[in-house]
Amino acid sequence: MTTALFECRNLTKFFPIRSLLRETGRVHAVEDVNLIIPEGGTVGLVGESGCGKTTLARTILLLIDPTSGQVIFRGEDMASRSKRDLRQFRRETAIVFQDPYSSLDPRMLIADVVGEPLVIHKVAFGEDRDNLVLSLLKRVGLEADHMYRYPHEFSGGQRQRLAIARALAADPKFILLDEATSALDVSVQAKILNMLNGLKADLRLTYMFISHDLSVVRHLSDHIGVMYLGRMVEYGTREQVFDTPTHPYTRGLLAAAPSLDPNDRDRPREVVLQGEVPSAVEPPSGCRFHPRCPGRKPECDRVRPELIDIGDGHLVACLPE
Amino acid sequence: MEARENLLVVDRLKTQFFTYGGVVEALDEVSFEIERGEIFGLVGESGCGKSVTATSILGLVAKPGKIVSGRVLLDGENLVGKSEQEMNRVRGSRIAMIFQDPTSSLNPLFRIGYQVAEPYIYHQRRAKRQALKDATGILAKTGLPDAVEKSRNYPHELSGGMRQRAMIAMSLTCEPDLLIADEPTTNLDVTIGRQILDLVKDLQREFGASVLWITHDMAVVAQMCDRVGVMYAGTIVEKTDVRTLFRNAKHPYTERLLRAIPSAVKSADKLEEIPGSVPQLIHPPTGCRFHPRCDHVMEICSRVKPLEQEVEPGHTVACHLFGREREGT
Repeated sequence: MTTALFECRNLTKFFPIRSLLRETGRVHAVEDVNLIIPEGGTVGLVGESGCGKTTLARTILLLIDPTSGQVIFRGEDMASRSKRDLRQFRRETAIVFQDPYSSLDPRMLIADVVGEPLVIHKVAFGEDRDNLVLSLLKRVGLEADHMYRYPHEFSGGQRQRLAIARALAADPKFILLDEATSALDVSVQAKILNMLNGLKADLRLTYMFISHDLSVVRHLSDHIGVMYLGRMVEYGTREQVFDTPTHPYTRGLLAAAPSLDPNDRDRPREVVLQGEVPSAVEPPSGCRFHPRCPGRKPECDRVRPELIDIGDGHLVACLPE
Repeated sequence: MEARENLLVVDRLKTQFFTYGGVVEALDEVSFEIERGEIFGLVGESGCGKSVTATSILGLVAKPGKIVSGRVLLDGENLVGKSEQEMNRVRGSRIAMIFQDPTSSLNPLFRIGYQVAEPYIYHQRRAKRQALKDATGILAKTGLPDAVEKSRNYPHELSGGMRQRAMIAMSLTCEPDLLIADEPTTNLDVTIGRQILDLVKDLQREFGASVLWITHDMAVVAQMCDRVGVMYAGTIVEKTDVRTLFRNAKHPYTERLLRAIPSAVKSADKLEEIPGSVPQLIHPPTGCRFHPRCDHVMEICSRVKPLEQEVEPGHTVACHLFGREREGT
């Protein structure tokens, strides 16, 4: 049995909308999410733009203060801690962003970009720092002479390697990969995904992987959460979610992703989702998916479905027949 | 003679950009043809020349770029070398384009309805009132909900998917013979992207237009295109019908590219990697542009540019591996 590295309980984040000084509304970004990230695992989060996957991940890392709920890291509630008490937590967690063109400071030398966490966390200075940076660069497949260059001299794939080297610098246990390969070409993406899998095994890392690309999430994750408008609608192992998708949204999402088999084009799709994701400011009542759901029942607009275990930890939030 | 006639023939098109850093050889003798009523896909990674091909066809190559040689034949008529005035009569009426990013290709200062009506006013000289009415009709055809009301909205008031529907409506106003779609679903969410794919396919059947579909996504190719050209560093390395491409890809680049995709159907432990990276096009590799990264590289590959060889009917590959086999038989 693996232990939980992270656990969130009833995590909620609303962003207030202010006009003048009055609060006129709230964006329901994340609502009442329970999630366990097992140590050494990779949890994938999928969902469309605005479903709250990035907000959830950033709230877990306490980069955003939750509106309510708990973030438990190694058995301790972190959300109530002061900023200063979080230093060790910051060292053990890291993040790799989507766009390596805006996540690296164009005025800093690579040695400083990658070495910054070492200095901030007082791990190493001067020559020691340079030696550590060198070994980090080698680890992500870059060369020693890359140390004294600037970010603009690197290609997209190399920049993402640099961002990963920086994330690894302070020897973290957990890395959040927020659309980390979405900006890359297929052949470059393949290299980065292989490298991430290798690093995870070598350094015993735990990943949370966010992507809108279902095939990438499937490739990397062992557990997958599907989000829709701020709520978790389905959660389970990779096989549970991809082989026996149960929530109508998950089924529609999987059916909508184009397949690599040209013969599939003539087959009728099981579920075709119409319409668009509604606004998170005034989300639909009851089940948030009910306006687009092909199998909606009369009570779906009134009753909010809870996540229910349908067997072996496969959780689905949909009202039973 | 083929049974279906070619609408568009691109013949040894060579486009270069004359920059201070040197000459960027963006397209190196690209040739393909699109039959009437077919969807032809151009697929490849960033910088392989997909979009330059589109702008070259439309005569929109920006300075310091220039079409150096080659022909673009639309119904037998060469578009290369036509004056701006002549091209204006082609663009929007006979060839229309859907861009990747509808946010930056719609004018934020004009209402959706007017922007869609513009081709009616300019190309077909309809009265403004009639044009606006027709624009609403075609917007409704693209599945835009409440088209009458939405046509009075400005682009920022619509979602990404709705804007892309408006772009598609605009491109179809003059019932073009050829529609060029440059990654129209890349910025959209999975379910919205799928709606757009289905929409373009339905409308293409209804209007009978040919489509040049540009994408980097092999899955989109599998679901949309009839025939495909695979591009690498400014050249077309393989050209075939879509089913053959996924069943029997021949060019070493295509083969490896297909194995680098984390498939949504089965999950392998390790993805195929292509060693090295895409070359600079200022000083592209000599001979075959893929040779520095190729497993099967031979002595001839760095010297001689491989010509397209027909390996089976309708399936051409630009690779010396197949040229040699041919000599042997």
